[in-house]
Amino acid sequence: MLIYALKRLSVALLVAITVSLLTFSMIYLSGDPAMALAGESATQMDIENIRRVYGYDQPIIVQYFSWLGHALTGNLGHSHYLKSEVADVIFQRLPVTMTLGACALGFALTLSIPLGVLAAMRPNTLIDRFALTVAVIGQALPSFWFALIMIFFFGVALRWLPITGSSSWMNFIMPSVALGYYITPAVMRLTRAGMIEVLSSDYIRTARAKGLRPIVVLFKHALRNAIIPVVSLAAVQFGFMLGGSIVIETIFAINGLGQLAWESILRADLPMMQAIVLVLSCFYIVLTFLADLLNAFLDPRIRVS
Amino acid sequence: MGDTVQKIDSVPVIADRTVDEPSPAERARKRMFSHFGFMFGAIVLLTIFAIAFLAPLISPHDPLDQQLARKLIPPVWHEHAKATWVHPLGTDQFGRDYLSRLIYGSQISLLIGFAAMLISGVIGTALGVAAGYFGGRVDMVVNFIITTRLSLPVVLVALAVVSLVGNSLWIVIWVLGLLIWDRFAVVMRSTTQQVRNLDYVAAAQAIGCSTPRIIFAEIMPNIVNNLIVVATIEMAHAIILEAALSFLGLGVQPPAPSWGLMIAEGKNHMLFDPWLVGIPGTALFILILSINLLGDGIRDVTAPENRN
Repeated sequence: MLIYALKRLSVALLVAITVSLLTFSMIYLSGDPAMALAGESATQMDIENIRRVYGYDQPIIVQYFSWLGHALTGNLGHSHYLKSEVADVIFQRLPVTMTLGACALGFALTLSIPLGVLAAMRPNTLIDRFALTVAVIGQALPSFWFALIMIFFFGVALRWLPITGSSSWMNFIMPSVALGYYITPAVMRLTRAGMIEVLSSDYIRTARAKGLRPIVVLFKHALRNAIIPVVSLAAVQFGFMLGGSIVIETIFAINGLGQLAWESILRADLPMMQAIVLVLSCFYIVLTFLADLLNAFLDPRIRVS
Repeated sequence: MGDTVQKIDSVPVIADRTVDEPSPAERARKRMFSHFGFMFGAIVLLTIFAIAFLAPLISPHDPLDQQLARKLIPPVWHEHAKATWVHPLGTDQFGRDYLSRLIYGSQISLLIGFAAMLISGVIGTALGVAAGYFGGRVDMVVNFIITTRLSLPVVLVALAVVSLVGNSLWIVIWVLGLLIWDRFAVVMRSTTQQVRNLDYVAAAQAIGCSTPRIIFAEIMPNIVNNLIVVATIEMAHAIILEAALSFLGLGVQPPAPSWGLMIAEGKNHMLFDPWLVGIPGTALFILILSINLLGDGIRDVTAPENRN
């Protein structure tokens, strides 16, 4: 287990370094980052000043290591647009996005796991067909359009829910649904496939033959094993959702990392953009690393291979 | 003599039995035509393709022609004095015919979906097949590249890159194509791993076939079904991403009639004219649905054993 964990950890670190390199070189896509930061009405002097202040006049390799060194000590740079430290702004916004992601994941799991289990218990019946239809429709709904439809019906026509802001828990209902429904098909299909496989295995037959109550067999023996791959899928999807929340946060005007990212992109706030991509990527790397460890802990077969 | 007669007699019997049995291709065709999702997806998708190709012929107006005197006319099914068959789906806030914009918008969605899928397909398949066939170090490196790619948030990176490089249709296509190859790589890798251990690959290696020949003549034909299924998923993925980018204002630029952009432009009028958002969104939904159903259908028809 320790060897497995160390192996995974070294891969994760290597991935993180590569990602930091990619994130760093991102700002050079515009050609000259100093020019991009200065904006259109800047004079040559302004550009030269920015170049010096941000250190864009130094060799790229020096710039990368100084950026990485600062990032490792928690200094993600300075946003001249917001006149504050990038790290401060990000960690101020991060909890909102985390809450949104957690609510969305909670919604997705409470919808998809029971549906998947029901579908697996009675394959090719009406329930199974229904679950499949939900999955197919869910996969075809663009989340931003779905969000607008919900705003129209529940926010404007029925006036049940607030449509913008993040002040109360009511504000999080529609965004969580809009963000979470998109992953329900994947989780549901995986739960269904896992349950079908487990339910036809020998130990379930034994458990049934012993005369255990069907509900005990279903939850204590079957679901426990079928849920293992779902756990790692959920971790991975949580990471995807944090990245995808940019669309949802923009629509619902939620003051989280996604909206910050969108605003930073619109005003070409390069240090902020870099830092957000880096933070979200690292978060995803940590999540997958933990999911791998959890999987290996739950299923000893993974550790060996 | 008696032996020969018996042999001659027995041949037609065997032949008859073979004729009764439908060939695998026939069975696949039969499954195809009786598969609801496949037929629905194929017919709807073909219709949308036809609409996109025939756009100049069938669209009633110029999609970019602004007539401010005729702005925000509701669609014909609204009981409204201004509703007219001249503009069956109404007009937007600039007085542009909504049906024509919808028709021309299908070109953008299909072009982006198809082109981005081709780019990502080439990258992902090359990486996946190499990893699956060669294994060892190559597999390790490819796995590393896939993990790195997965840890980058797609929407965020696409938005950032488009904003830095500039946004034209082809830049959006390239950015998406370069970002969404991961599923191709993952699926092609595992499929190739399964195929490469089969006897006919070993036989080809034994008679001294070159590696490219084995990959293209022995491996590729046997993984192409999975490739098509992933291709449909990624085409739908690219179309949704383009719509989301355009919706956020960083994809296809106005006045182009991208469906995502139409939703964004209609958003501000949603309160009184919800159809401005409803119509392009429904079009997007139907397009994605038909592609997904077609993909699921192809999987069921070509490999019915993998259904669950």
